[in-house]
Amino acid sequence: MNIIVLIKQVPDTSEIKIDPETNRLMRAGVPSIINPVDKNAIEAAVQYKEEYGGKVVVLSMGPSQAKKALKESLALGADEAYLVTDRLFGGSDTYATSYILSEAIKKIGDFDIIFAGQQAIDGDTGQTGPSTAQHLGISRLTYVVDVSLEGEDTVIVKREVEEGIEVIASKKPLLCTVTKAINKPRYATIKSILAANQAEIGEITAADLGEIDKNKIGLKGSPTRVKKTFTPDISKNGEIIAADTAEEAAEKLVDKLLAKNVL
Amino acid sequence: MNFEEYKNLWVFIETFQGKPKDVGLELLNEGRRLADLTQERLCAVIIGSDVDESVAKVTAYGVDDVYVVKGKEYENYCSDSYGDAMAKLVRKFKPATILIGATHNGRDLGSKVAVTLQTGLTADCTNLDVDQETENVIWERPAFGGNLYAQILCADSRPQMGTVRAGVFKKGEPDDSRTANVIEVDIHTPQELITTKLREFIKGEEPADLKPAEANIVVAGGRGVGSKENFSIIQKLADELDGAAVGASRAAVDAGWVPHFRQVGQTGTTVTPELYIACGISGAIQHQVGMKDSATIVAINKDPDAPIFEIADYGIVGDLFKVVPELTKAIKELKAAK
Ligand SMILES: Cc1cc2nc3c(=O)[nH]c(=O)nc-3n(C[C@H](O)[C@H](O)[C@H](O)COP(=O)(O)OP(=O)(O)OC[C@H]3O[C@@H](n4cnc5c(N)ncnc54)[C@H](O)[C@@H]3O)c2cc1C
Ligand SMILES: Cc1cc2nc3c(=O)[nH]c(=O)nc-3n(C[C@H](O)[C@H](O)[C@H](O)COP(=O)(O)OP(=O)(O)OC[C@H]3O[C@@H](n4cnc5c(N)ncnc54)[C@H](O)[C@@H]3O)c2cc1C
Repeated sequence: MNIIVLIKQVPDTSEIKIDPETNRLMRAGVPSIINPVDKNAIEAAVQYKEEYGGKVVVLSMGPSQAKKALKESLALGADEAYLVTDRLFGGSDTYATSYILSEAIKKIGDFDIIFAGQQAIDGDTGQTGPSTAQHLGISRLTYVVDVSLEGEDTVIVKREVEEGIEVIASKKPLLCTVTKAINKPRYATIKSILAANQAEIGEITAADLGEIDKNKIGLKGSPTRVKKTFTPDISKNGEIIAADTAEEAAEKLVDKLLAKNVL
Repeated sequence: MNFEEYKNLWVFIETFQGKPKDVGLELLNEGRRLADLTQERLCAVIIGSDVDESVAKVTAYGVDDVYVVKGKEYENYCSDSYGDAMAKLVRKFKPATILIGATHNGRDLGSKVAVTLQTGLTADCTNLDVDQETENVIWERPAFGGNLYAQILCADSRPQMGTVRAGVFKKGEPDDSRTANVIEVDIHTPQELITTKLREFIKGEEPADLKPAEANIVVAGGRGVGSKENFSIIQKLADELDGAAVGASRAAVDAGWVPHFRQVGQTGTTVTPELYIACGISGAIQHQVGMKDSATIVAINKDPDAPIFEIADYGIVGDLFKVVPELTKAIKELKAAK
């Protein structure tokens, strides 16, 4: 049975700088990486395979550069990887992205379980995983920190909510979005990296997804539209409190907070 | 799609063990402002098995209508049952706009319902407005780890849906003399549609005192605090200040010095207290996202170039192990003098 993983290639947002002149994101030279928590999703799938058998198939929708991320996923233990790519898919919001991914998953064939990350560090919505499950009409459990099988058909999942951990039994097939707490991703070995570099990454285009509804993909098929983006200027002309000792600084601060009616 | 049919603004009220979460009450306050702009009704949606307390609470916070779906299958949150109930409600009553708290369950429900209804969902909003001409909500949200903000529209489908971060908007004042039009809707989810079942709930670590999002003052510590034991100096300052809670950066949480519920920032909570005191926190963008809208910000850091000083109203360049105890002492003296 297939174990499917959804990964996204993202710019490393911790490396992103703002151009002080234009106030825009400077993306040039920013490294592209596998969305960090998607490595946990890959690891969860590989561990699931090691425990219960199956084949780990990784899917990513994006431009051809994303093949690099897919090769890396092979080095991390996946068996097959496919790039879902087409000009027609450009500009997709999470509704359209998850629809396209669900059609690609149907093309891959039967599966037991799908793993995705809880959230991508660029778009940051956390919606793609659960939305994909809904397009497929299967169960989904979000913010998962543990997965195991009970008997043949029941998956036991631990899921994080603000108040604690839920232990949930679910029928197969299902989709889990995982958090960093689920595992510690393994490192690729030199051997696995070399093998992955040789591997062919299959492509899935719109034409391969014959049944796909063209009104639900790309910019046209996306119900949300980014109207504008901006970088907020939140810097204040604050005051550095000059003082010779910590005691003096503390007293001056208290006076200022009193004068401002904060205390 | 006939836009004319879709009217009114709904707020989904997430409950935990029969009690409404704060984020829903916060959204009622902001929802009222938006509903007034378009002259629509403000409606709360409550799904659960034991709903009376929540209905009373949202009524006191002020709503026009409360839609209630009651049933055994809604005892705990589950995407299948809640998603089914919500989609049925929307099909029946056709709201123009739905606000949902961006909690774990809220995000889960939002994507389930938006995909079912083939409409757009904007994630994790931190600011809302309405274009009065088109009545489109202008959803504003951070992306790229807070480096970029986007304004998003859902202009061609209804309802327009969004999740909104907790702690961004303030609750209004409750008033028990308020009334609301309570509409109990007979909706049930057939058992065969429910594919997951809660077996057990393991309660997480609970704050003995206030959570950062509930506090008027947050005293937060970062990596500069150095250890779990050292956090006691942060705690002591918070203890001296009325209505103060201890917060932390992710570095302090990841190091295991404080529990996750104290984390402020992109992957923690958003806070907007009257006073935020950042001690030994550099002020990474992911931290700023969660605290920049605090009314007054104080930063204590030994590095004069720390980015936190750029957004601080008052900065003290110095060693927190010296400054924080002095500050605690000065406040103690102030209280004694009062
Ligand atoms: C500034 C900005 C704001 C946006 N806001 C919204 C919004 O509010 N609502 C909306 O619907 N769209 C929004 N979008 C569009 C959205 O970013 C894209 O649809 C994107 O393809 C998926 O969303 P995400 O990056 O949020 O991923 P998330 O939903 O956060 O990703 C979660 C997980 O889903 C999987 N996944 C995500 N993308 C892919 C992929 N391409 N291939 C394979 N697996 C994947 C990964 O496992 C990932 O860890 C926004 C885009 C931008 C640039
Ligand atoms: C996807 C993602 C999500 C994230 N989410 C969050 C989040 O929700 N919240 C969050 O906080 N971070 C988050 N981060 C992490 C963030 O990028 C920073 O790494 C983190 O905020 C740093 O914490 P810090 O300021 O405590 O530590 P550091 O950056 O190491 O800063 C420590 C500071 O303490 C000062 N210092 C040291 N000793 C003393 C002393 N004795 N007296 C005074 N000052 C001293 C130093 O000068 C320094 O400025 C996220 C990162 C990513 C990639």
